[in-house]
Amino acid sequence: MSQINRLAEGGLINRSKRLKFSFDGKEFEGFEGDTLASALIANGVSLFGRSFKYHRPRGVLTAGSEEPNALVELRSGNRLEPNTRATTIELFDGLAANSQNRWPSLDIDVLSINSLMAPLLTAGFYYKTFMWPASFWEKIYEPAIRRAAGLGKPPEGFDPDHYEKSFAHCDVLVIGAGPAGISAALAAGRAGAQVILCDEGPRLGGRLLSDKEYINDKPALDWVRDSTLELENLANIRILRRTTVFGIYDHGVYGAIERVSDHMAIPREFSPRQRSYRIITKRAILCSGAIERTMVFGDNDRPGIMLGSAVRTYVNQYAAIPGKRGVVVTSSNDGLSTVETLKKNGVQVDAIVDTRNGDMIQHALGGKRVQAVQIIDKNGKTREVECDLVSISNGWNPSLHLTCHLGSRPVWDENKNAFLPGKLPSGLAVAGAAQGRFSLQEALYDGIRTGNEAAELAGFDPKQFETPSAEPEIFDHRPIWRIKASKGKRFVDFQHDVTDLDIELANREGFKSVEHMKRYTTLGMATDQGKTANVAGLAILGEVSNRTISEVGTTIFRPPYTPVTLGALAGHHKHHEFRPTRLTPSHKWASERGAVFVETGLWMRAQYFPKYSGENWLDAMIREVKGTREAAGVCDVSTLGKIDIQGEDAAVFLDRIYTGTFSTLPIGRVRYGLMLREDGFVFDDGTTARLGEKHFLMTTTTAGAAKVMAHLEFCHQVLWPELNIAFTSVTEQWAQYSIAGPNARAVLETLIDPNIDISNDSFSYMACKSITICGNIPARLFRISFSGELAYEIGVPNRYGDALIRALMDVGKKYGLIPYGLEALTTMRIEKGHVAGGELNGQTTPRDLGLNKMVSQKKDCIGKHLSERPALLEKNRPILVGLKSISGKSNLSAGAHFLDIGSNPSLDNDLGHMTSTTYSPTLNCWIGLGLLKNGRERLGGTIRAVDFMRKTDVLVEICDPIFVDINGERLRG
Amino acid sequence: MKYSVFSLIHQAIRGQKDWTPAWRDPEPKDEYDIILIGGGGHGLATAYYLAKEHGLKNIAVLEKGYIGGGSVGRNTTIVRSNYQEPGNIPFYELSLKLWEGLEQDLNYNVMMSQRGVLNLYHSDGQRDEYARRGNAMAMHGVDGELLNRDQVREMVPFLDFENGRFPIQGGLLQRRGGTARHDAVAWGFARGADSRGVDILQNTEAKQIRVENGKVVGVETNRGFIKAKKIGIVAAGNTTRVAETAGLRLPIESYVLQAFVSEAIKPLIPCVITFGAGHFYISQSDKGGLVFGASLDYYTSYAARGNLPAVEDTIEEAMAIMPGISRVRLLRHWGGIMDMSMDGSPIIDKTTIEGLYLNCGWCYGGFKATPGSGFCFAHLLAKDELHPAAKALRLNRFETGHVIDEAGTGAQPNLH
Amino acid sequence: MRIPCPFCGERDLQEYSFLGEAGLKRPDPEASDAQKQFHDYVHIRKNTAGTTSELWLHTYGCRSWIVVQRNTLTHEIFSSEFASDTLKELTK
Repeated sequence: MSQINRLAEGGLINRSKRLKFSFDGKEFEGFEGDTLASALIANGVSLFGRSFKYHRPRGVLTAGSEEPNALVELRSGNRLEPNTRATTIELFDGLAANSQNRWPSLDIDVLSINSLMAPLLTAGFYYKTFMWPASFWEKIYEPAIRRAAGLGKPPEGFDPDHYEKSFAHCDVLVIGAGPAGISAALAAGRAGAQVILCDEGPRLGGRLLSDKEYINDKPALDWVRDSTLELENLANIRILRRTTVFGIYDHGVYGAIERVSDHMAIPREFSPRQRSYRIITKRAILCSGAIERTMVFGDNDRPGIMLGSAVRTYVNQYAAIPGKRGVVVTSSNDGLSTVETLKKNGVQVDAIVDTRNGDMIQHALGGKRVQAVQIIDKNGKTREVECDLVSISNGWNPSLHLTCHLGSRPVWDENKNAFLPGKLPSGLAVAGAAQGRFSLQEALYDGIRTGNEAAELAGFDPKQFETPSAEPEIFDHRPIWRIKASKGKRFVDFQHDVTDLDIELANREGFKSVEHMKRYTTLGMATDQGKTANVAGLAILGEVSNRTISEVGTTIFRPPYTPVTLGALAGHHKHHEFRPTRLTPSHKWASERGAVFVETGLWMRAQYFPKYSGENWLDAMIREVKGTREAAGVCDVSTLGKIDIQGEDAAVFLDRIYTGTFSTLPIGRVRYGLMLREDGFVFDDGTTARLGEKHFLMTTTTAGAAKVMAHLEFCHQVLWPELNIAFTSVTEQWAQYSIAGPNARAVLETLIDPNIDISNDSFSYMACKSITICGNIPARLFRISFSGELAYEIGVPNRYGDALIRALMDVGKKYGLIPYGLEALTTMRIEKGHVAGGELNGQTTPRDLGLNKMVSQKKDCIGKHLSERPALLEKNRPILVGLKSISGKSNLSAGAHFLDIGSNPSLDNDLGHMTSTTYSPTLNCWIGLGLLKNGRERLGGTIRAVDFMRKTDVLVEICDPIFVDINGERLRG
Repeated sequence: MKYSVFSLIHQAIRGQKDWTPAWRDPEPKDEYDIILIGGGGHGLATAYYLAKEHGLKNIAVLEKGYIGGGSVGRNTTIVRSNYQEPGNIPFYELSLKLWEGLEQDLNYNVMMSQRGVLNLYHSDGQRDEYARRGNAMAMHGVDGELLNRDQVREMVPFLDFENGRFPIQGGLLQRRGGTARHDAVAWGFARGADSRGVDILQNTEAKQIRVENGKVVGVETNRGFIKAKKIGIVAAGNTTRVAETAGLRLPIESYVLQAFVSEAIKPLIPCVITFGAGHFYISQSDKGGLVFGASLDYYTSYAARGNLPAVEDTIEEAMAIMPGISRVRLLRHWGGIMDMSMDGSPIIDKTTIEGLYLNCGWCYGGFKATPGSGFCFAHLLAKDELHPAAKALRLNRFETGHVIDEAGTGAQPNLH
Repeated sequence: MRIPCPFCGERDLQEYSFLGEAGLKRPDPEASDAQKQFHDYVHIRKNTAGTTSELWLHTYGCRSWIVVQRNTLTHEIFSSEFASDTLKELTK
């Protein structure tokens, strides 16, 4: 029969909407409004999972997100969610869940044999063994441990769902929508404040959904309904249901996760699965309630033993009866309301163990379900009571987790027998049970008070209104931390299988500090962070070490409050959208030509342009280099950083930034510049053009663009604010192409407007000027060369970039103009001995790179002094040299290290390393640049370039780093 | 009591009743030959090796809270020796060699698991940098292999090889690298040091290092003044605060680094993986949690907790290479204080004050260095000379220019 | 973390970059012990546990370098102002 344990009426479920679902392959039926746990309970299921270490059968302990036991694998395939709490899964049609951490089945789990080994598997046993022989750890012991541990399976593939990130701003954030939270939101909302009200559940009401309370002499649910309606109708209130505020961060920033689609089989189209919020608020009110505690007695983990609050929730909210014959154990009045609830709904209560009267539960009997409990009364008489449900009420732990996130520790309160929030994060107030004020009346009162205060502090006028009245409650709670005399295993932390004896052992071995005990026993380190367990653990540690709970203290709760889906915190920043992609102005044209692209930082640059499908990079590179050196080539160099610098003091500023002098640079000329960090190492390089008396255009490396900009701003705003300059990045404003090769001038001459003269005489090497092309389109022309050829860079406003490359290729046809990519660019710069990434690695000084002549001795600049520290002047520091493969044919590889012929590998014999290599089509052999100890003295000599990683050992000749056109005749031609 | 499977079985039968404290809780003596300030991994390891290697007994470790409460108990447990700079290579390799025999040496299972450390590369340039590093390691006999994409795929098939923003091209693998159980390292060294006579003084805060005539004479603590012939500062993130009581100013800044652990899942990640287009690193603990981290929070802090931007950045980096864990949940994140040095490499050296020694600047990398750091610092304290493997880790190297800047990012600690 | 920018107002941490201690004076390059002074300037830090004065760049905002008074133990922020005197004058 289906839903055998469902009450005929009552509950906040929609009986008109039947939902089919399965657990471990077995089909069941539930109702809309159920959780997976309530629906399974309604169907008479009590066994939900197996525990972590001993593989003990486990049922449901709670009805909320604090659940330690009933963790299941929800959904399947790429949507598999391991370790999902059955108590928080909203039922949907077609839901499929499976139990986890068991083999072959939940019912028969082979590893439950671990339970027999329990005397051996005590806290920290693994620190004392598995040491011999040493090699067995990785091969035998560890794989076995890893397989046994770990709860649920990971998903099988990539997550098909998507996630969003969002910022939200408000005046008052209310966390939790129970009686305190609803009241707080009403108060702040009525005052006119912008309010965000979050609750982890799908409906407002909190405990009022599970307990039959009265407000203003009417059922509390009426008040919840009316208040919800009012809140929904206030335009300044935003209600976020299914939203957990998981963490508090500095200055009023709260992290929250909205589970937008988890209550559906799959998310609606265009809708995220979850949305993460960074909520920025002036004030916040924590109304998170409290979590009931377990009791530590023998075999207290048997399925069918659950918290009293959970029992009442299943009966009242879900009309699901967790058992037929109940025993109620209580150390407060809470148990009495459980008794009332059970009796009213036809559950036989065979025993009430009110520990305040001296009665005590001894231990539970049964295996996969509790079958009886042994009780000892105040006269010492024991009896056994048959049952299939045991309700435990042992006081409450305020849900103060968030108050710890900025480092504050909770404080033990002797009267409340609970930890209360310590020093609160600035801007946060706590109301109701979260502050240890457990009665409904206190919750309503606190809510209104804190709501009003928060609104006032945020600058609004609170409205006066009356606090609704609730029934009086008597607080009389005397907690029982453990029943030491009882037989069986006494679990403190259910999920991690930590027993009171583990805590005793930790204490015996000197792990007396609460942090040591936690780490040694793993108490409170499971997925529930010990929400139901920690306090009993502290009390037991106190007991065995003769300290009060207050003296023992507590560990600190870390974010997140409940576990957060990783994907939700990444939002859309995953896969290819991890980071933005920057495209060059010629990208569209290049892709039409079939260019192969490569990531260069955030940019995509053309690596090479295959002439025919399948042409490999090496053949393409050789063809592009030859084509360029023999005729002409064009390359998009827009990715280089461009910074426009203007002002009275621009030249002075550049003199201080660059090692060279720029104040002497004539207008219309370009100069190569080297920048150091203040610690003396090379920071960046590039050319800077003087466009006017007070106007320069600086170029940086592609990788250095952003950091150079920040550096210049630092130097100006922090070091020399008195300088009259302004600068801005124009990298993206200008499309820039390099046109190189003997025919470069001819190509350009066909494009530039007729009145402009770029002959060698009027526009010599390192000249620059503003021109027009293609009929009055503004452009800038620079005669600079990275390739060593006669070369120009032409810049046009970005919007003309695509048109210009097409025009260039069009007019260039008859001059043999071809496009070249990054591979050819790199080859040509190595042939020319220009330094780049491999050499500008942040570890080299101008001297190392043979560029000390670039450092003016007449002036200071950033980094000059520290570049002259003694170690940086040492004779044997590796310096830049060129290297040629002796055989010509052997590949050279960057990253190879240098050794003398006949010397053995050792750090002392290590002579340096290869920084860049290429096959040189011009020299017809493999060449490279490298940093070599005593490099200058070794010119002409032969050494080995040894690459252990790629298993090559090549003889190389040491030469000048400039391989082609040493005197620079071509680029001046 | 010696730990072994036999003592464990024996105690299982006896109800675990006879175990004794792993370390004593002694009263401070009036005077020690050597006082170490800081009861973290490095301080405890130093004490252990002073006793074991140099036969010194009259040693105290001062810990203001509980031992192992700082970085050694908060890190992401990675152990490796895959360094590039000649100043670092011999030191970290010595440390790794000590790790390899640590369980047997300490009679404590620190679960050193040589499951391999795989650094992914995503471009030709990065491949060549890793080759440079691997070759530098090989010069000193340190193991390393450069894997191509297919080899990486075979090893960790669950990564995103198809749709990555920065496609995985291969990786540098150090098979001898791996992970260890972080708390156990502190406890194992503490137990070993204690059993050799070292006094571990918990809840004992060093308030002031007392210096007279340019020489240390002892430490003022919350439990009174304790005389000492030599004092070693091993205070990690709090180095500056301790050192300034002796008037020292250091090339150190303290930053917060966050660490993360997910809910436990069945075995997925067999080794340590790092993401070359970011700072992300991840492994899976024996309990099943994914343990990971990435960059610093970028601002100086002594608060041992971070903020959301770094949390989100870290997890974005995770999603960039392993979107398969998207549905796994983050269980906890926390912060620790890093003593970031100006070149990203550590300092083990004497100071300008006689009898005062310094061990700091561990940046992200302190955990893997624990045994090596203790071993070399003990050598320095006992013999007044630098250990050959740590001879480059000088305090004055910023003045001389002998910096050890692995990343080449210069004297800005939060970029290392 | 929320950082007040004197130009843009309070903004999220994510918009800023941190450099380090503020108020360090770049040494006189002509000083006889300039190299030593530059060493200290570049490397030696107070690393205060408590309220510090530090430099931030509003990278994804107005790109002002600002000096922020912040407590490194609590992260509490007390004030922020432009690092540049010129900008300070402009907003007076």
